[in-house]
Parts: sequence; C-alpha cells; structure tokens
Amino acid sequence: MAEKVLMKGNEALAEAAIQCGCRHYFGYPITPQTEVAAYMSKRLPKEGGVFLQAESEIAAVNMVLGATSAGVRAMTSSSSPGISLKSEGVSYIGGSDLPALIINVQRGGPGLGGIQPSQSDYWQATKALGHGDFQLFVLAPSTIQEMVDFVSLAYEVGEKYRVPAMILSDGMLGQMMEPVEFPQKKDEPAAEKPWATNGHKGQRKKNIINSLYIQPEELENLIKERYERYEKIKAEEQRAEEFMMDDADVVVVAFGASSRVSRSAVMQARAEGIKAGLIRPITLWPFPDKTIEKHVDHTKQFLCVEMNMGQMVDDVRLVVSGRKPVSFFGRTGGVIPTPAEVLDEIRKLAGKEN
Amino acid sequence: MANTLNILLAGFGGQGILFAGKTIAYSGLLDGKELSWLPSYGPEMRGGTCNCSVVLSDESIGSPLVTTPDVLIAMNRPSLEKFVDKVVPGGTILVDSSMIDIKVERTDVNVYYVDATKIADENNMHSCAIIILVGKMFKELGFCSKEALDGAIQKVIPPKKAAMLELNQKALEIGQNA
Repeated sequence: MAEKVLMKGNEALAEAAIQCGCRHYFGYPITPQTEVAAYMSKRLPKEGGVFLQAESEIAAVNMVLGATSAGVRAMTSSSSPGISLKSEGVSYIGGSDLPALIINVQRGGPGLGGIQPSQSDYWQATKALGHGDFQLFVLAPSTIQEMVDFVSLAYEVGEKYRVPAMILSDGMLGQMMEPVEFPQKKDEPAAEKPWATNGHKGQRKKNIINSLYIQPEELENLIKERYERYEKIKAEEQRAEEFMMDDADVVVVAFGASSRVSRSAVMQARAEGIKAGLIRPITLWPFPDKTIEKHVDHTKQFLCVEMNMGQMVDDVRLVVSGRKPVSFFGRTGGVIPTPAEVLDEIRKLAGKEN
Repeated sequence: MANTLNILLAGFGGQGILFAGKTIAYSGLLDGKELSWLPSYGPEMRGGTCNCSVVLSDESIGSPLVTTPDVLIAMNRPSLEKFVDKVVPGGTILVDSSMIDIKVERTDVNVYYVDATKIADENNMHSCAIIILVGKMFKELGFCSKEALDGAIQKVIPPKKAAMLELNQKALEIGQNA
C-alpha cells in the first residue's frame, strides 16, 4: 500500500492528473483554484510536460481543444467566473466529440461573486456549459481521496465516449487537506484514438476535427449519434453513494461539500431516533436517477441540501415526479451550512421540532 | 460523535496559525486517525484575521468546518472575542496572554493562559508562540501520541528550513512544561 500523505484538494487533483499521464495543462489563476496551476507549474516541466499560463481563460480552453485534438490527455482548471469564460471553448470541445478534463473549483456567484465555497454552478455544469445540444460527464468528489480517484475516471469515461468531463469541486474541497493515497501506477495501454490529428506520414486518411456543419441534416444526424452515446452513458455510468438508506424515512440528497455536512446531520438525527439517510450523487451528469427511483416507494420524503438557492433539487423532483414531497435547504454566497442547521431541517420534516 | 476532536486555531495572519494546524493534522496522520485541515483563505492571508479548522477522529469526518470547537487556540483578542462563546461546554481554550489582555468569563470551559509570545521572544523563537500553545495543548489533552507529535513537527518543516526544526522542537517542549 502506498503511504498516505496530507495534501490540499487542489494539489491532489493536479498530482492525480500527472499520474494519469496528463502532460498538457493550460490555465489562468483564480481563487480558490490557483494551487492547481501552481502545482502544475512546478511539476509538469520536470515530467517533460507543458505548463502554460495563457493570457486568458478563453485562450487556455482553446489550447486544451488543440491539445486534445492531437490525442493527448489535456486539462484546464478554473473557478466559477473563469469557467463562464471557458464555456465557448467547452462547447467547441463537445461539438468536436473530444475528451478533455475541465475542473471547476466553485466559488460564490453570479458575476465576480465572492471567493468562498459554493455549489451554484450545478445548473451550468449539468445543463448548459456552453451553447448547443451537448453534455459533459460531471463528477462531484466529496473527499480528497475522491479528487484523486475521479481524475482517472474522468479521463477514462471521457475517452471511452468521446465527451468532455468536468470535476465539479468547490473552495472548501480545494483548500482543505486530508490524508490521501495515490494508486499504484497501472501500465495499461492508452485508449486508441484513431480520430486524433497527430500526424500520419501519409499512411492513413487525414483526420479532421471540426464543429462546423453547414447542412442542417448533417448536423442533426451527428447530434443524434452523439445523443445515442449520451444514452449509453446514462445507462452505464451513473454513480451514487447510499448512507443509512435501508430504512430511511427522511432522505437527504446532497453532493460534494454539502454531502459531508449532511452526513454529520444524518448521523446526529439517527442518534435522536430519526430514521434519516443520505443519497450522495457522485455523477451529477448523468444524474443517478436509478438510485433515487429505487427509494421513492419506501421512503416518506426527500430533502435536498445544497450550497446554492436550489438547483439539483430540480433533478430530484423530476425523478420523484410528485410521488413524495421534496423540500430544499441551502446556504449560498459562500456560506457553508452547518450540520446543526441541516439537523434542524431533518427534525422539522420528521415532525420532531426541538 | 465518537472520539472526535474539533480544534479551531485563530489569530492574525503571520502568527503561524495554518502551520500549527498542519502540525496537529500530521500528528493525527501519524497516529493513523481520520483528519481534516481547513484554512480560512483569501484576504485573511494578507495580515487580517486568520483561522484554521482541524478535526481529528476515529471515524470518517463529515464537515471539516469547525463551528463549535472542543478546543480553541486564540492568538489575539478579536479571535478570542469572536469564538469564545462557540466553544462547547466542557471544552478547552488556550489563550496567548501576551497578546490578549482580557480573561474568559465563562466557567463551563477549561482555560489555560500561557505568556506564549513573550516566552517565545525571550527564547529567540519569535514565530513559535503558537507551537508553545500546541505543546501546552498536548500536555493538557494528550490529543495524540508523543511519537506522533515529535514526528509531525519534523514532517511540517521542509528540508530547506531545517534550521527551524530545533526551535520548534524546543517550543513544543516549553509548552509541555508550561
């Protein structure tokens, strides 16, 4: 077993990407994400890689588009306002059927917002990170160990289905330290990328990476083919964790940082005799509707806890479809909810107000 | 929560708040515990108030943000005033009495006053006041094994600052005798 080390979430993300073979990082500094870029700037040159601080977020994401077109594992990272700037390039990556890793260490918004932790980019990440019909594979880690583990998952799934992947982190997970273990390096052959524009010495037909299609029918057919892949991802790549769900009456649904707070609250509720449980979506797109669906019949109600004004709660309500009440509790603007606040909500729903 | 210690360190930027938090975190790592370390970040780092949450536990940690500490280390008066009422009943407050000229009025907490900054200055270890308080905290609470504490201070000081190791080890010792 590898030795456990203490690392900040941001540094762990960067190290994990390097260990996954990422040698091309393009970024631009922004709090609370800057340690990702700082770590890459120290380590990548020593690994024979490229660290490039671009002149803007827009330039950085287009460098990722270029690098991933050539078939290498590329990455960029930013925080909320910077991700908005990158959205045009992300849409081009999605429209060109390319894998790429994009990390959002969320802070409060909209606009420049604040610099404290937030989850208010859920809609952006899962519904419309850029214009057009397209999706990203979105993972929400809740521990520093998951930050490491999800980097390889994001690359693998992204390459398998040729879709961009996002790790949706936040300022709390990015800045905090926890013990973390890096898996032993696997000597697996890299995924075949017959589409890559990586030079062919006249030995094969030339590849073209493009997102421009003037003929509507051609574009429609391409998008339909892409959506068939999305259906496969929905069928095969949903992930969620269930905690104390066997007999839960009040089901808290929370991801990332707010799931940690919720887990503490659920344990305290159990200590008070309230049958509470937690479903933690790990993939935000595809949303783990199968896990929610499994519990709709034998639970009494759902409570979504988020660090925003209520975004994922839409997806929970879509699955529950009015069969059970779904309520929401959130703090926003950079405020982290406390376990005591969440416990109060659970008590109210369980009819045990103190 | 079974055997969980929520620790909050607070003071000015530059007093070694995050460093001392890291020392406590590493001691937990070396003892094989679950732990989390969460700094305040942003403008605080530029000389304003600064704080750091550390949680040591036998089980996986929920929220890493300490809002009701079992232990508060206060390195300046604004920090003590801000957090004194948040400490849980029966909790512990360690006060750098060189920096803080008020007393804790609560009677349901254990308070230890240590002239940490003055002692550090007298011993030519100007940035080590908070490490003296970490030593005192170890003496009063035994939050980790002695081996882990000694190992932690070696872990947190990078090789290029090796000269600081001896000073910090001495500061821990002074704290344990304070």
